[in-house]
Amino acid sequence: MTTTSTSERREVTAIAGGVGEPVLRPDGGAKVDGSFEFSSDRSVDGELWAVTVRSPHPRARILNVDVSAAVALPGVAAVITADDVPGVNGFGLIASDQPVFAVDEVRFVGEPVAAVAATDAETCARAAELVVVTYEVLEPLLDAERAIDGTFEPIHPDGNLIRHQRIVRGDSDFVGEVIVEGTYEIGMQDQAFLGLEAAVAVPDADGAGVELLVATQWLHEDRRQIATCLGVDEERVKLTLGGVGGAFGGREDISLQVHVSLLALVTGRPVRAAYSRSESFIGHVHRHPAAIWMRHHADRDGTLRKVEARFVLDGGAYASTSSAVLINAVTHAQGPYRCENAVVDGYAVRTNHLPCGAMRGFGVVQACFAHERQMDRLAAACDMDPVDLRLLNAMETGDHLITGQRVENVAPVARCIRETMALPLPEPETEDHVLSLPGGAGLTADGSVVRGVGMAVSIKNLMYSEGFDDYSTARCVVRDGRVALKFATAEVGQGFVTIAMQIARTELGLADVDFESIDTAVGSAGSTSASRQTWMSGGAVVEACRGVVGQILDQVATDRELDRDGLRIEGEWVTADGVPVVMVAEAVAGHLFEFTAEYHHPETTELDEYGQGDCHTAFAFTAHRAVVDVDPDLGLLRVVQIATAQDVGRALNPLSVVGQIEGGVAQGLGLAVMEEIIQTNGVIRNASFTDYLIPTIADMPPVVISLVEEPDPRAPLGAKGVGEPPCISVTPAIVAAVDDALRKAGRRVSPLTRVPIRPQDIALAGEGSTATVGS
Amino acid sequence: MKRVETECTLTVNGVDHAVSGLHPGESLLDTLRERCGLRGSKGACEEGECGSCTVLVDGEAVCSCLTMAAAVSGRSIVTVEGIGEAGAADLQDAFLRAGAVQCGFCTPGLIVAADALLTRNSSPSVDEVREGLAGNLCRCTGYGRIVEAVLDTASQRREQP
Repeated sequence: MTTTSTSERREVTAIAGGVGEPVLRPDGGAKVDGSFEFSSDRSVDGELWAVTVRSPHPRARILNVDVSAAVALPGVAAVITADDVPGVNGFGLIASDQPVFAVDEVRFVGEPVAAVAATDAETCARAAELVVVTYEVLEPLLDAERAIDGTFEPIHPDGNLIRHQRIVRGDSDFVGEVIVEGTYEIGMQDQAFLGLEAAVAVPDADGAGVELLVATQWLHEDRRQIATCLGVDEERVKLTLGGVGGAFGGREDISLQVHVSLLALVTGRPVRAAYSRSESFIGHVHRHPAAIWMRHHADRDGTLRKVEARFVLDGGAYASTSSAVLINAVTHAQGPYRCENAVVDGYAVRTNHLPCGAMRGFGVVQACFAHERQMDRLAAACDMDPVDLRLLNAMETGDHLITGQRVENVAPVARCIRETMALPLPEPETEDHVLSLPGGAGLTADGSVVRGVGMAVSIKNLMYSEGFDDYSTARCVVRDGRVALKFATAEVGQGFVTIAMQIARTELGLADVDFESIDTAVGSAGSTSASRQTWMSGGAVVEACRGVVGQILDQVATDRELDRDGLRIEGEWVTADGVPVVMVAEAVAGHLFEFTAEYHHPETTELDEYGQGDCHTAFAFTAHRAVVDVDPDLGLLRVVQIATAQDVGRALNPLSVVGQIEGGVAQGLGLAVMEEIIQTNGVIRNASFTDYLIPTIADMPPVVISLVEEPDPRAPLGAKGVGEPPCISVTPAIVAAVDDALRKAGRRVSPLTRVPIRPQDIALAGEGSTATVGS
Repeated sequence: MKRVETECTLTVNGVDHAVSGLHPGESLLDTLRERCGLRGSKGACEEGECGSCTVLVDGEAVCSCLTMAAAVSGRSIVTVEGIGEAGAADLQDAFLRAGAVQCGFCTPGLIVAADALLTRNSSPSVDEVREGLAGNLCRCTGYGRIVEAVLDTASQRREQP
């Protein structure tokens, strides 16, 4: 035992700025003074600009592409088409079914046909107009049902059905005492990140490889796809993360990466490109619009007994992540409720609409809207309070999904519901400020405003599923008492860099933490999606730091001839059997420590033909309550307040968690009341922020939050991912609140069944009730 | 096709920038970013809907994407790069402390717009903050922390004038 000198302060306390504190983001200073470099802010000496030439037709045969006039324009360095793709002319996250440039046929409005590099953006635009593509217009496939029933010719060599998955569990003939059914529709939502797609590609010294600065969600997967298209080894493609102006799933797929990289190789010069807002709307994938039928069977007391469902997800022209979105949808059909019997069919199909893929909550957003509307219907049919119905059926740890998978995670569903409902309701409006009326300043409601309250609950899988090993890598170096962390985790604004810094401080007892460039010079981190980086890359940082801690303790044991087994790092001290012996900063002085760790989550399995299997990694749960004011005559509504209790495991940074919750609520509110990409005959009608509305500060109500902290023993540091859960059940909660207001106004008895809610859905009469009570 | 060009002098954050070879219709945003090397102001919609490009012209918040550079020659322009020295360092700090910054793309425009709001109204109510910043879109934060940052700044300025 070492004695403690009274002259020294040897109090072991938690290190400042460690795990659990509302630490400020390390890139925040640069973001508030304008010096933070987004990918669109990077320019390189001698750079060319690039622009993409796109299809105006949803489906057409390409008869000829004539680039001669464009090439002849002064200032144009190159015009490339499918003929110029040296490797595989196909990319995609799951299937490589999407061409870099269309060959023979275009399949959606906006599909790239050619790309131009020129001295400046204006010359690019003029050259693009000189690319003459001769099309034979073909009839587009726009009805997803025709992709399923086989009555439309294949619009792609891979066929019109991207994936079908069936789930059958328990007694498929079971008939409940109470049956409710409904058909639900979810519109196509856009991620609408503020920072438009932008990249700079620089050819390397011998001109055979390329260095790409790009805002993306997954550097290594981008690299794999780019290298395949360029026909070069992955080592010849180096990616660095440019500053990312939001992502939300919309940067998981390739957009301009291959185009600029190929133009850099062809011209031998740096190439820079940036999308406009209208191009961004057609240049990345969207949330799948969905048509969902559900039939719920229950006992008279409200016990849920069986779920039947049919999902149709319109994947648009190319597969992207449609198959993963579909699996999320069908496997979450029951919601966070016990249910032993299920028959579910899901289809993800190809059409000539805009391609769809990942967006925050992928697949589960759609499923949750349907199952929560069903739970409200069931509550009405059983003459129960919707909250009581949900509490009666609330899932717990050890319960099973309809896939047969046992929920091993902490599952505080009932607690989330109770804490949400216990949060204070808003005060009645005391003054007639124009902003407090539905419609705001432009479409202000009159005096007949009715207030409604609704709620909803969600279950969301965390990390990737179906046997995919989406590991993450991190390296920790301690040199001269400073920590340097290296990882390829895409920081998209969510604040992983903050969490990583906090983890390193807590694990190592060292205050000074630096970050190396986020690039492909270290192993993959997997994607910044599926609420997975706090768990996966956080886990990798924990393990990398713990590797270094082991080395530090070895060093201390040797230097001071102490028993290695009794040594630990606590606070900023190395302790021996709990007694402080030396500060970590002093112990590491003059030494170099380094450890690289890979973190893997527990294995998952694929689903069998009956949809059975342990396909998901982990789950998080959330409840939302919405309060809305509705003008039933004008069809206007205003969301007055959102209350939510979210199962976060442990809040590693409460400020970041609140930011994720408030931001997620805004996106779920947008889907509920305003956001939808409208396509007519395959042509997008609202590719601008004038016509595609996202919530403004005036649309956002206060969000009152309760963090449900039950550390999950399966998660590194007990923390669950918090990115997606906030944007899921908020949408049906708002819709339930509107229903409640309309009931109070005596206007409508049947539930609203589509989002976003349109004025006519409120102001005009709806369909009849479909609730039936069996004998 | 003959390209019409003009020239002007932009006074940005107190520094004169002589700009030549300017297309008469070129936006102030493009000129600031591509000719003056000031890339703090962002473009996200090109049509005045998102507010990411907000700058001050003679103290008034404008969308620099809708303002022709040649039209503001000789007037005082303040961008996010100069807003701290122009008296908004406390507002920048409040944004950071309140958690009002995530991806940060909207932040430059929001800070400039919020500074203009506080200049007009030193004690805004919550509704006045919401009304005053309704032209600035943010996709990450849900705006709650932004309201807090602006109200915090106003209250601190009242306590320490």
